[in-house]
Amino acid sequence: MGLEGQLTGTFVGTRLSDALNWARKYSLFQYPFVTACCGMEFMATACSHYDISRFGAEIPRFSPRQADLLFVVGTVSHKLAPVLRKVYDQMCDPKWVVAFGACASSGGFYDNYCTVQGIDTIIPVDVYIPGCPPRPEQVLDALMMLQEKIQAEPLEKQA
Amino acid sequence: MSKHVLERLKARFTDQVEETHSNQGDDTAYVKRDKLVELLTFLRDDAELAFNLPVDLTVVDWYQKREPRFEVVYHLYSTTKRHRVRLKVRVDEDDARVPSSFAVWPGFDWYEREAWDLYGVRFEGHPNHTRIMMWEGFEGHPLRKDYPINKRQPLTTLLGEQK
Amino acid sequence: MSEILIETESGDLDSAPMNLQMGPSHPAMHGTIKMRVKLDGEIVQKTEVEVGYLHRGFEKSCESVTWSQVMPYTDRLNYVSPLCNNVGYCMAVEKLIGVRATERCEYVRTIMAESSRICDHLTCVGASAMELGGFTAFLYAIEAREELWRLTETVTGARLTHSYCRIGGLKDDLPVDFVPNYRVVEKKVRSLVADMHALLDRNRIFLDRMKDVGSMTAERALQWGFTGPVLRSTGSDYDVRKASPYMLYDRFDFEVPVGSKGDNYDRYLVRMEEIEQSFRIIDQCLKQMKPGPVNLEDGRLLLPPKDEVYGSIEGTIAHFKIIMDGIQVPPGEVYSYTEAGNGELGFYLVSTGEGRPYKCRVRPPCWSLMQGLHELLEGYQIADIVPTFGSVNMIGGECDR
Repeated sequence: MGLEGQLTGTFVGTRLSDALNWARKYSLFQYPFVTACCGMEFMATACSHYDISRFGAEIPRFSPRQADLLFVVGTVSHKLAPVLRKVYDQMCDPKWVVAFGACASSGGFYDNYCTVQGIDTIIPVDVYIPGCPPRPEQVLDALMMLQEKIQAEPLEKQA
Repeated sequence: MSKHVLERLKARFTDQVEETHSNQGDDTAYVKRDKLVELLTFLRDDAELAFNLPVDLTVVDWYQKREPRFEVVYHLYSTTKRHRVRLKVRVDEDDARVPSSFAVWPGFDWYEREAWDLYGVRFEGHPNHTRIMMWEGFEGHPLRKDYPINKRQPLTTLLGEQK
Repeated sequence: MSEILIETESGDLDSAPMNLQMGPSHPAMHGTIKMRVKLDGEIVQKTEVEVGYLHRGFEKSCESVTWSQVMPYTDRLNYVSPLCNNVGYCMAVEKLIGVRATERCEYVRTIMAESSRICDHLTCVGASAMELGGFTAFLYAIEAREELWRLTETVTGARLTHSYCRIGGLKDDLPVDFVPNYRVVEKKVRSLVADMHALLDRNRIFLDRMKDVGSMTAERALQWGFTGPVLRSTGSDYDVRKASPYMLYDRFDFEVPVGSKGDNYDRYLVRMEEIEQSFRIIDQCLKQMKPGPVNLEDGRLLLPPKDEVYGSIEGTIAHFKIIMDGIQVPPGEVYSYTEAGNGELGFYLVSTGEGRPYKCRVRPPCWSLMQGLHELLEGYQIADIVPTFGSVNMIGGECDR
């Protein structure tokens, strides 16, 4: 193990992890995996009225290599599931996933032959946003919750 | 509403038109599939009818309620004459095929592919007769009445099953 | 791999066409479709469009719920103009039953549908501008849309997926302060649309990217089954509201903008002008509307008022029957069509006399547009795919259902 391993549990280590987490949480590069109606509320959150850029998460990066936050917005069908899995696998650590909307969290009211019943059956999810579609205030609340989660991440997880 | 459409159709293709009705104001004609392409070409090219806009093509599945099982439904519209017509072709489950109307209007291209994918009715002569909503490898035709609504065929391994 | 080698003019460079896959997750923020593009340098030789990535089983789901419970599913079809779908579905069921909604209900439905249409066009034009680099126009469009959504929220209770219409009426009448609120919103939205015109209409870059790109003749467009602003930009003036007026559209004085060349720039102008015409229609609705009931006095269709439900046994039973068994629609079939944001939105309903639909088919305008999309793209450059696809305004929920 590297430097992080030796510093775990020490004063310098915790300060370092605080600093790194502070930097990470205020500069989230999102990958908006937009499929359906929730995309409209995502657009509204990202634009001038609700302004996600106050939280530092404004810049969408449409390449999984450059993004660290995967926003799965909208319904994921079984035809699209391998694509989602591939995008998630291509992202580099540290990475977080937000399930935006009822369809991404649990399949919504599309309990049928073609809809994935929640993306947490395919990829691990950090924050779920319920709502059909969720209001932009809920999205910002979820982002703040994710930022708290990132701030609390210990150093050994980042190694 | 536009009964002259049905009159003209019956006059020209007397043996192909089985029955007609105009319930709820929609002119409908049940036709046989033998000369379907010729019939559709007539509807398009005739100066009085001039159906230039292919509106919709779908299938109704009368599973265990009526024989024959499938009804292929065409909706057509004429922007110049402003009239509509609905054509229905009845096919059996064992012999669920209909000539493709792609040559008459390319606008039925994807509608026919969708009808094949979701109902299993073949359209002979279609240039790209493949599934469109579901993926190749999906078994069955989901919109048939005997396909259970919850029968999923996942393409990825689910997280709990991975080792 | 046996590739066809293309000889360039100079004859000394061997090149082979390149196959590129765009999508299904791509930045153009218009939904999940996959395009397989065969490129010769920058020129698109052949395109194959693959859809179905947002197929959510609308038809199958509708067959397992009651007629009233289909309403939320229709919202999520064309999710940028959900009220147009609500109105279309309710009209179809009412046609099948053989009733017509009250006059005030039709006025309110027209107002809400036209404001939904404005939202649709704003989103389409804004997103197109953003993809070409004009981010400011996008921000203005979304701000205008926010104002309209806030107004719609006071009427329906939700910003996006309203489920406002009911079979035989509406959820509620307009709120008492609707007209002054609407006037404030109208002024704001009109000024934002004027700003967008000022930014885009004569913009050199916008003109270069959009003019003469993605053209089609009217005849070819009709053969493909195109309807809506895309068809009207080619020169054909087919608009359901004028050709077969439904609800109260024959009482309004409005124009249908028609283009000539069928290119992206014409589609942009047609949409912007339709926003103006929609404002005209809403104005006339507000002038002509009279007070009255919005719901039909029909106990078989609409839920009884709450004090009857909790106060009398007949009310309780009626409420129970409508919710559990569904509205009893007579057997038959019907095709009902309206002009939605993208074109002719049709509902083909088949009923066997029960409380659930036997078949609830949507004729999506985007489906015809997407099957003909490859003709709009072939022969142009790869950079032209983005504005052309944006101007067609494919909405995944409607295309794939």
